[in-house]
Amino acid sequence: MRNPQLNSNGELTHLLSIEGLPRAVITHILDTASSFLKVSHRDVKKVPLLRGKSVFNVFFENSTRTRTTFEIAAKRLSADVINLDVTRSSTAKGETLLDTVDNLVAMHADMFVVRHAASGAPHLIAGHLRRLGRNDVHVVNAGDGQHAHPTQGLLDMYTIRHYKKDFADLTVAIVGDILHSRVARSDIHALTTLGAAEVRAVGPQTLLPTAIEKMGVRVCHDLLAGIRDCDVVIMLRLQNERMNGALLPSAREYFSCYGLTPAMLALAKPDAIVMHPGPMNRGVEIDSDVADGPQAVILPQVTFGIAVRMAVMGILAGN
Amino acid sequence: MKKQALQIRNARLIDPKSGFDGLGDLFIAEGRIAAIGPPPTGLTAARQIDAAGLIACPGLVDLSSRLGGIEPELNAAVAGGVTSLACPPDTKPPLDEPGLVERLVRRSATLGLARVYPIGALTQQLAGEKLAEMNGLARAGCIGFSQARQAIVDTQLLLRAMQYAATFGYAVRLRPQDQFLAREGTAHDGEVAARLGLAGIPVAAETVAIATALQLASQTGVRLHLSRLSSAAGVALVRAAKASGMQLSCDVAIHHLHLSEMDIGYFDSNARLDPPLRSASDRDALRTAVREGLAAICSDHTPVDADGKQLPFAEALPGATGVELLLPLTLQWAAQEKLPLALALARITCDPAGILGIEAGSLAVGSPADICLFDPEECWRVTPETLRSQGKNTPFLGYQMSGRVRMTLIDGRIVFAA
Repeated sequence: MRNPQLNSNGELTHLLSIEGLPRAVITHILDTASSFLKVSHRDVKKVPLLRGKSVFNVFFENSTRTRTTFEIAAKRLSADVINLDVTRSSTAKGETLLDTVDNLVAMHADMFVVRHAASGAPHLIAGHLRRLGRNDVHVVNAGDGQHAHPTQGLLDMYTIRHYKKDFADLTVAIVGDILHSRVARSDIHALTTLGAAEVRAVGPQTLLPTAIEKMGVRVCHDLLAGIRDCDVVIMLRLQNERMNGALLPSAREYFSCYGLTPAMLALAKPDAIVMHPGPMNRGVEIDSDVADGPQAVILPQVTFGIAVRMAVMGILAGN
Repeated sequence: MKKQALQIRNARLIDPKSGFDGLGDLFIAEGRIAAIGPPPTGLTAARQIDAAGLIACPGLVDLSSRLGGIEPELNAAVAGGVTSLACPPDTKPPLDEPGLVERLVRRSATLGLARVYPIGALTQQLAGEKLAEMNGLARAGCIGFSQARQAIVDTQLLLRAMQYAATFGYAVRLRPQDQFLAREGTAHDGEVAARLGLAGIPVAAETVAIATALQLASQTGVRLHLSRLSSAAGVALVRAAKASGMQLSCDVAIHHLHLSEMDIGYFDSNARLDPPLRSASDRDALRTAVREGLAAICSDHTPVDADGKQLPFAEALPGATGVELLLPLTLQWAAQEKLPLALALARITCDPAGILGIEAGSLAVGSPADICLFDPEECWRVTPETLRSQGKNTPFLGYQMSGRVRMTLIDGRIVFAA
């Protein structure tokens, strides 16, 4: 079975998941992002790469932040950007996902940026486009259920490479609700593909998927052991609805066991960086002293995110 | 006395029940098997069918086939060589009223295709709250009772249901899955679910439900059948219970003999099944259980229309079409395991007939002449066009099958010929 996001030449036609992407493709995206980062610092923050192209942001699940960064990225590439808030329109009238896609294809969309609450929805759309023979329409997964958030994974890699240069000797701890996190899955695939020495999945058993170790990570239930001598700490957001009830007794207890405090961070390497996909819950997964401290690179992640999304869209449009 | 008879000539006859496997002629008179081998005196074959190169075996008996549209699905059944099938009660509306069962029995009898044996609802509306009128349902034609895919959460009610069924000697069929452990789950709780971000159904969902069912059944003495085992641990519980002397039967869906969680691939909604496809070692344990005769095979035929499958994996409806694949997939399993055909065919003929307690699945003289004639060598590819069922949903789409039904007879009548 061919990876559905690569064409017969091994080029990227959709970005659905980091899983199965060759290392060279990931590195190419990161290198391209470097050149786009400079665009964002110019007076005229635009390049004409996607001029005349229509990028549809199709968000079946609310997200102002991610949608905005995709919108900025597409506009800096000179694309026409159309934002559809599908949660409030067609699906509420009973239209199926693929009906919506057919309609947007009829409007001559060149690229879909899709967010959906169900794992695999972008794969379904990409498969549908393939059956329609529309290889000229590209899909970017902007987060599907608990499966993948590949542009977040890529921007995390960009950030790590920016600060740490090489992946070979890195120990990376991913801390928190990995069970429900598409970011964690994308980060794990990216880090193992790029050859990080050790990736640790840190959290209570209720927040770690069964068989997560099959993804090439070391499981730590104890934050102390999980964070010790790390180069990179990626903190995950704990959704409000998970805090009180069956998975965790309370946000307070979670913070006392898995919250990143300055004392905890002191166990990591002195030059360790702290990342977070945002939005943060201060005092739940991360202490403000850490979030605002010198080791946090959370805001640079956002800046790099735009360059990485520009790179992804630019590469897809060229293939 | 002179009888008009049908003679099937030159077939390789396989009767799994007796173990007979050899070339010969089969004589059918008055809807029953009159003789195997030389014709009995006084019998002239008015009609002959040359079956050289074909295998004649008893018509297949399917322990679970859902009938969306009755006529197309029964046509699909006979095209798959199935002459008797048990229909689970999760029809719309569910089979919890004798009138509904009578209508189904009458309608299917009128069609004269595969024989339909309804399984009645164990509880009203399958809601797991009040017992259904089992006696009335049995009089209307139900040959057992189940909850289909629903669970009875209230264990006291489950005990009562078993006690009541045992009172009349009715069989109770349970699909063992704890509904709390399976809540929101759509795939085996293993490495594929972890990777794809799908909510998992742990093996414990099956073992907890089996353990509960076994405890309650042994207390009541009810005839218990466990439907569609999916895990090695589940098989182990059943094996241990049988070893301790408990009367118990079970089945495995044909898909689970061949596929594992890996076959979900990139979110293939055709591989969204209930119970979920589990790990390769679970699949191996299921194959062993079926080989040993611990479990029979069923098609778990569940036609789902395209709209129900063209959805993200977790939103897609579970189930696969299977009644036309039951024979070739059983043959494939037999070939892979290097099993004698008589043994493999027993799992889809006499074994399920015994579980259902029906007169079927045998070529013995005097048995109903329900016959499946198939070409074991014929290769074909599974495509929507090659399936007669209204459900085109199968994880085997595009697969090459070997073995195809050429003719199906019920009571000696030809109900399908290709």
